[in-house]
Amino acid sequence: MFDKIWARHVVAEGPGGQSLLYVDRHLLHEGSAAAFERLARAGRRVRRPDLCVATADHYVLTSPGAPVPDEEIGRMVDSLTAHTGGQGILYFGRGDARRGIVHVIGPEQGLTLPGMLLVCGDSHTATHGALGALAFGIGSTEVEHVMATQALWQRKPRTMRITVDGRLGPGVAAKDVILAIIAAIGAGGGVGHALEYAGAAIRAMSMAERMTVCNMSIEAGARAGMVAPDDTTFAWLEGRPFAPTGEAWAKAMAYWTSLPSDPDAAFAREVRLDGAEIAPTVTWGTSPQDALPITGRVPDPSAIGDTTRRQSVERALGYMGLTPGMPLTDVTVNRVFIGSCTNSRLEDLRAAAAVAKGRRAVVPAWVVPGSGLVKQAAEAEGLDRVFVEAGFEWREAGCSMCVGMNGETAREGERVASTSNRNFEGRQGKGARTHLVSPAMAAAAAVTGRLTDVRTLA
Amino acid sequence: MQPFTRLTAVAAPIDLPNVDTDRVIPARFLRKPQGSAGYDRFLFHDVRFDAAGAERPEFVLNQPATREAKILVTAENFGCGSSREAAVWALLAYGIRAVIAPSLGDIFHQNCLKNGVLPVILPAATAAALRQQLHARPGATLTVDLEAQAVTAPDGAVHRFEIDAFSKQKLLAGQDDIALTLGYESQLREFEARHRAEMPWLVVTPPAR
Repeated sequence: MFDKIWARHVVAEGPGGQSLLYVDRHLLHEGSAAAFERLARAGRRVRRPDLCVATADHYVLTSPGAPVPDEEIGRMVDSLTAHTGGQGILYFGRGDARRGIVHVIGPEQGLTLPGMLLVCGDSHTATHGALGALAFGIGSTEVEHVMATQALWQRKPRTMRITVDGRLGPGVAAKDVILAIIAAIGAGGGVGHALEYAGAAIRAMSMAERMTVCNMSIEAGARAGMVAPDDTTFAWLEGRPFAPTGEAWAKAMAYWTSLPSDPDAAFAREVRLDGAEIAPTVTWGTSPQDALPITGRVPDPSAIGDTTRRQSVERALGYMGLTPGMPLTDVTVNRVFIGSCTNSRLEDLRAAAAVAKGRRAVVPAWVVPGSGLVKQAAEAEGLDRVFVEAGFEWREAGCSMCVGMNGETAREGERVASTSNRNFEGRQGKGARTHLVSPAMAAAAAVTGRLTDVRTLA
Repeated sequence: MQPFTRLTAVAAPIDLPNVDTDRVIPARFLRKPQGSAGYDRFLFHDVRFDAAGAERPEFVLNQPATREAKILVTAENFGCGSSREAAVWALLAYGIRAVIAPSLGDIFHQNCLKNGVLPVILPAATAAALRQQLHARPGATLTVDLEAQAVTAPDGAVHRFEIDAFSKQKLLAGQDDIALTLGYESQLREFEARHRAEMPWLVVTPPAR
């Protein structure tokens, strides 16, 4: 599949094995400001504004009416508004219900389609691969390059197929699957590779679940991760605002159904996991690969032979303030965050609400929908009331406490059970400690005040 | 961008694997324009400085012998995580011009190439041996020669590295991509016309509401 999409987008072959690839969709957010400014300084314009879409997510505040903590933060959004207006780019800004996290709204609006080549100046762009698109994150200079040329120089990565067989157990979510995959191949395991997720467990997943899996490909080191489009994909896409209709839909379907990898397709590396063996998973350290079943214990560095690995674990445990050997379910949390491009879609909110319903949060717990439309849909189902009655805070759409750049951060030393994608040192605020979990597990942590096996909350 | 040809400079070892770009430059600095005053201080800020802004003496770039380093020798997967090009801008602001590692985050790797910072991929054992020599002789220098595709270690051993011919040529010349790509205008137009005919549904037309 990867090779088919790649081949369809090669404009020219350059020297040194690099290909000039055509970009079908360029998604922009506040972080694109520097690229817009350099483009303007060079006297250039966006070549194909009709293939670009922009939204404000990284720097918007998700607490309505709250004062902007720093005027530089407000200016990041204003700058995007001005640049996209000047270039004639479709923009979902403040006050537009379609505004939301760029990786949520692309698929939601039907702006992400199978077989397209999509880029965005954000490492979680692999999310869009869930629809069978080739989607990857790029840096600021590359963003400027795509603006000016609608193309990008790339070396072809190797391919890796990750097959998850079998059926997931009760209480096991897509988040647990991707955390288990990252733990298996390592945070650098996918470097230089494009991943394809396959197998019965992936095939059985909804689109939202596939997006959660593809989203964290970068946490396994891979820029791109994808799932072959199938009937689940097509049924989900049909009727979305920017999806093709009528004759164009039929023509698109002819292309899309040709995309799945051929039975004899060769991959540079194959990895297999048994879905039935995956448990609800949490991270204990400061790399997404530091993940264990919730039934496990914090690792003991003294039992690790390899010096580098031992030092790395010691440092992580020091930062996280954890005692070697303690059961993970004994870890108390100060805060819960439900949101991010990994886990802020309607199904994620439903999973969290199912746990929160009739219970009471004992620590501050935020719920940040992925888009204005997700928020509306959740409210139409009454999920907001479930959360509010359970003492959770129901907020506006945005990246919020996942990125630590909009002022919405945890305090130094605070421990957060979070549905986001990175438990790096300082990611959710300087000195903040992050445990990555699924939405249901996050809600469970909110109502118990500690990391909790959601399966025990019957 | 600045060309990269050959550099002999102090190298600093970083032994931890999977150093992410949030650690290289924390998110709260990303709204500062590239090259703004004090940009060099953003580099590794939260591991380099304490809460009062004083240097943490144990951090490698705070040690007298290695604070002038222009080369980093790291462990696996340095620069993983966020696509923030500011990580490379902070390295450049500090004066780092080459990163030697067994592997680098893919996006970080690209960002280095676009900014005249040379990424050098060497086998894990070679990178580990280099770091060991740098620990044994703090302040030791390395030579990185892009033309020859070779790193000369403090002990005099020469290690060859691979880099694709296109990236090499652009780094040696300090050449930016856009002007070069615009030289492919006729291919771009031809592709665009064909692609548009084949996949007319890709153009964003606002839906009827």
